[in-house]
Amino acid sequence: MAEPRRVERPLSPHLQIYRPMLSMMMSIAHRITGAALFFGSVLFVGWLFSAAHSESLFDCAQAFFGHWFGRLVLFGFTWALMHHAFGGLRHFLWDTGRGFGLATVEKLVWANLIGSIIFTILLWVLAYGVMP
Amino acid sequence: MSMKTPLKEARGLGAAKSGTEHFWQQRLTALLNIPLLLFWAWFVVTHLGASRIDVKMSLHNPVIAVLLLLTMANVFWHMRLGMQVIIEDYVHGHGNKFAALVLNTIFVTVLFAVAAHSILTLSFAN
Repeated sequence: MAEPRRVERPLSPHLQIYRPMLSMMMSIAHRITGAALFFGSVLFVGWLFSAAHSESLFDCAQAFFGHWFGRLVLFGFTWALMHHAFGGLRHFLWDTGRGFGLATVEKLVWANLIGSIIFTILLWVLAYGVMP
Repeated sequence: MSMKTPLKEARGLGAAKSGTEHFWQQRLTALLNIPLLLFWAWFVVTHLGASRIDVKMSLHNPVIAVLLLLTMANVFWHMRLGMQVIIEDYVHGHGNKFAALVLNTIFVTVLFAVAAHSILTLSFAN
């Protein structure tokens, strides 16, 4: 099938004409955190591979995750995971046809944002408590 | 004269080519992600700064090895479905879209294969 010739036509106004709202930001964040986790999964698989492969590679991986920069990356990964997970729970509620009222949506997105931050910090407090 | 109902005639002729499988698989993998990622978070937290021997010893436990394999399979399938939606939304042009979708599948398949190989190697290692 021949590709239709592209003609430059004016586009209808898109995202840029709307005043940014939290619900919209959290929706975008859900997608961005999903994409970040997609690439971030390389970190865990790399760590597993290093453990299976050799002592020196594993030491390298442990050193990276022990370094402040590695920790920062992991902290970001944790928050992305929490935000995406809570965002997913919100979508489960919406799937049942509930929670679409404007006030409810606003509460849900705040709960998503605050919940993700609290659980990220809790998990890290737990992690530092467990670590030798 | 056709014995088919009008619905039967129309089925499969829409632009989407398929039904609700994508949605269902996305939600099912999301649901399974909840218990699997709780297990995964426990596994990661308890292995921070662990030695290689510790990791091997943990994976010698078949429950941990199998749960970790299931986590990887479920997470990677969920990742593939999610990235597919992102690609379909933002990558335009048949060629580019096709290439990106294939790369998406290759990415998750390779990662899963490496993860599975590593888990099994650790699990069966002395």
